[in-house]
Amino acid sequence: MFVREIIFEQLTQVATEQNKIVPELSDEVVLLDSDLDSLCFAILVARLEDILGFDPFSSADELRFPTTVGELVALYETPR
Amino acid sequence: MRRALWHTIDHGKGARRQLWNDGLSVDLGELSAGSCFYNRIDCLRGRSVVIATQSQLAAAIALVELDGVAGRLILCPPDLSADHMSAIITRADVTAIVTDREDSDTAQAGTEIFTLRTSHIVPASHPARDTATDWVLLTSGTAGVPKMVVHTLSTLMGAIDSEQAPTTSSTWATFYDVRRYGGLQILLRSLAGGGSMVMSGTGQPPADFLAEAIARGATRISGTPSHWRRVLMSPAARQRAPDYVRLSGEIADQAVLDSLKAFFPRSRIAHAFASTEAGVAFEVQDGLSGFPAALLDRHDGCVRMKIEDGSLRIQSPRAARRYLGNEGALRDEDGFVDTGDMIERRGDRCYFVGRRGGVINVGGLKVHPEEIEAVINRHPSIELSRVAARRNPITGAIVVAEVVVRASQSSAASPNEIEALKMDIVAFCRQGLPPHKVPSAIRIVPSLEVAASGKLVRAVA
Repeated sequence: MFVREIIFEQLTQVATEQNKIVPELSDEVVLLDSDLDSLCFAILVARLEDILGFDPFSSADELRFPTTVGELVALYETPR
Repeated sequence: MRRALWHTIDHGKGARRQLWNDGLSVDLGELSAGSCFYNRIDCLRGRSVVIATQSQLAAAIALVELDGVAGRLILCPPDLSADHMSAIITRADVTAIVTDREDSDTAQAGTEIFTLRTSHIVPASHPARDTATDWVLLTSGTAGVPKMVVHTLSTLMGAIDSEQAPTTSSTWATFYDVRRYGGLQILLRSLAGGGSMVMSGTGQPPADFLAEAIARGATRISGTPSHWRRVLMSPAARQRAPDYVRLSGEIADQAVLDSLKAFFPRSRIAHAFASTEAGVAFEVQDGLSGFPAALLDRHDGCVRMKIEDGSLRIQSPRAARRYLGNEGALRDEDGFVDTGDMIERRGDRCYFVGRRGGVINVGGLKVHPEEIEAVINRHPSIELSRVAARRNPITGAIVVAEVVVRASQSSAASPNEIEALKMDIVAFCRQGLPPHKVPSAIRIVPSLEVAASGKLVRAVA
């Protein structure tokens, strides 16, 4: 499964669990505009670390926090 | 005149009284006519003495014989490291070490070894027991040299005199070690009450100990909720109900109280609050977790309690006198001991929610692991749980849980059933907790470690 699909799947799952509106899964969607709160992102990042084996937020030296779904995906797709 | 602990055994009449431990026993009637110290007791007069025995029984005998003789008795728990022992010997000006080991190599510069043999009571004349002996207990838990907490026999006995009629010659038992505050309370209760006591054996499983204690006639048994949860895991223990079940040392949540009530329907079940520093504060007998808020306003001239900065503070004649060494003040300016136990008041009831130091910070919101465990433990398939922080780059931390599944449910569960159970636990938590307190991951584990103190082992945050 591609990283993008895994992220979309987990985003959907976490949003559902947290009773949030599942965001439209396209690159242009601005994360802050979605119904997801910081707890949702915290859980998402933890789940993705378990699945993908790394956490780009903790390992990057200089991190630009993603503002859109596309940037979030790119963060995980960046080769390391 | 000062009444020494010795005088609680010095009756020479009535029923036979014994202390049992690890297959050995000491007859208190025999002891009252002799000594386990080979007539060397007077050599310990006025000195600072460490009690560093292997067995609980030997420690108990040393306390009975030396209170009123020694100037200071320092009671070492069994798991004290050699480094900490050296530090304590220096800081407490120790000149004598009491041991029950034949091959004792614990001698240190400036100290003299006194060997006590619980199997050899020799006839001895009674020394005067008129010294106001300091009793020093070591606090367990955090890293570093344990704090030395100074009590006297009267601070330690404060709760007993008021709680128990002098005629109740019950046999007591405790899962605690008598060298810690909780266990020592039970030893003192059995001695002061004219009764006997069964002490837990080294490495003895709780259900086996319970069976031994009941077989020896114990009717009043105390332990931590963790101890009792282990008893609940052994169905055979059901046939051996004590009259009185006492919980202390950890939060007694509603699940453990309800489970014990169902397990021992005819037993009286009570949970008590006590700490090494603050002493015994109160006992709750209504079967509900927490305690009535009315206790906070009680002015009966004995224990006073208040909540400040969220934690329970206690002013009590049963509190320790001070710390030994440079540990700072034990009390605040108003004479209250801060227990560090965080309280939440809901209506006319107060609930323990956790320790001040154990707080998990989820994006600025405070979470006590214990309040989440209390919810998970109510799930019908769950025996026990432990909640911890997982570091997180977004919120600083998130909450995760480890759970032990009840024996009746855990066998032959398929991976699908396990996933379904995890989801059910999360759904269960969601009903009773705000989102940041719901575990983001559940891990099923075969068991959770319980420390020598009887408390669930928690990672230091």
